Amino acid sequence: MSGSPSSVGSFPVKRGLAEMLKGGVIMDVVTPEQAKIAEDAGACAVMALERVPADIRRDGGVARMSDPEMIDGIQAAVSIPVMAKARIGHFVEAQILQALGVDFIDESEVLTPADEAHHIDKFRFVVPFVCGATNLGEALRRISEGACMIRSKGEAGTGNVVEAVRHLRSILGDIKKIGTADSAELFDWAKKLQAPLPLVQEIAETGKLPVPLFCAGGLATPADAALAMQLGAEAVFVGSGIFKSDHPAPRAKAIVEATTHFDNPDILAKVSRGLGAPMTGIGMDEINQRYAERGW
Amino acid sequence: MNESVTPKIGVLALQGAFSAHVDRLRAIGVDARVVRLPADLEALDGLVLPGGESTTMSNLLGTFDLVAPLRRFITVGRPVLGTCAGMILLAEKILDGRSDQIALASCGIVVRRNGYGRQVDSFETAIDVTGLTDPFPAIFIRAPRIEQTSDDVEVLARHDGDPVLVREANVLAASFHPELANDDRIHRLFADMVRDAIDNDKISNEVR
Repeated sequence: MSGSPSSVGSFPVKRGLAEMLKGGVIMDVVTPEQAKIAEDAGACAVMALERVPADIRRDGGVARMSDPEMIDGIQAAVSIPVMAKARIGHFVEAQILQALGVDFIDESEVLTPADEAHHIDKFRFVVPFVCGATNLGEALRRISEGACMIRSKGEAGTGNVVEAVRHLRSILGDIKKIGTADSAELFDWAKKLQAPLPLVQEIAETGKLPVPLFCAGGLATPADAALAMQLGAEAVFVGSGIFKSDHPAPRAKAIVEATTHFDNPDILAKVSRGLGAPMTGIGMDEINQRYAERGW
Repeated sequence: MNESVTPKIGVLALQGAFSAHVDRLRAIGVDARVVRLPADLEALDGLVLPGGESTTMSNLLGTFDLVAPLRRFITVGRPVLGTCAGMILLAEKILDGRSDQIALASCGIVVRRNGYGRQVDSFETAIDVTGLTDPFPAIFIRAPRIEQTSDDVEVLARHDGDPVLVREANVLAASFHPELANDDRIHRLFADMVRDAIDNDKISNEVR
């Protein structure tokens, strides 16, 4: 028997759960029934929230952390990891979510920001955090605050994948460029990205982000999920895209299968059949609030 | 054992931490390949079932007809390493699982899903492993707990009294994540099991 002390909440332990979610689909759910549908379909985790982004967008007003009772209900309904969202900078909401035992906190631009200058100091928590990013500088600033996973922000609640693609291409494109930069140029990259130099140097050495990179924001179809994966995302979040579609259960299952077999067009063709109508979706010129602009 | 043989080891890549296993295996000179469909199992000498979400993997194993081919792969004696969710797949019996969850029953262990608690209870600790000189840094993520082992199961490491690394014939199973540690000794141990199996195959072919 080992007598060594064990440590909870270390960075490798927190980052480890992000590693376990790779290749999977994390689904937004608002009720225990939806959580069951997600788990039945093969979701690797669920995001418990009161309204999916499409409804937050429609309703307007201030969007906040979910009611703990609602999160309890979802935790009781499924055995897969349960995530929940806190407002940007709202470290007390994060403390409450950690006390509830959620498995991952999304410091999310989909909720109304609580602090216009500061994100949460995520090193102070045992629970791991995921944060959104539109570009590499933003991703590295979040990592320097303790985020264990980065996701593209995309444009949540639109059913339109265009912004998520833009963000992924921007992040991965700059990582590629840094890979070919010489050591002197890295100082300029750090300045340009407004990111800590050691993280830029680490990317130059490894050719990848120091934490897993997932895709979120506007995914609605199996093809959208496979597109994100082929572009280089390591897993996907699907928010409104499932439960705002005509037939959530088969669509959820198809998106899971498409994420696994993202590079197999024959399987993608097969799973994309007969799913009914996806969520209607909106164009970027039709929206007046871009959630991706929240966060700094 | 023939050190010059390059074993071909597959990593089940339906969902989870498969890329960390692939990287680790390649770094120790193994020909590592991802497995997503039954045909991908052909010509492999060994297989890794990684960590991730066991219910997701179970679901996809069923959908893509991998259950029977996997059972066959293990029954004929090819070495398999299961970590965390991969260990759950290999177990005889799963507690706190879904009622439809697949147990390949390739290793005589009874495991409880999330037996160490939620992510806020996840931890890392150093464990003593039979056959390794120094302790191994073990990372436990929402880990399954081994609650029972049958007589044929050899316990190679324990934490707080419970088995966390076990071996039964060609099956090696860990409730923690050797692929996340900065330490390749358990992967080397497994690669040696695969090389031994290749050698034994050759000998039995020559005898025949």
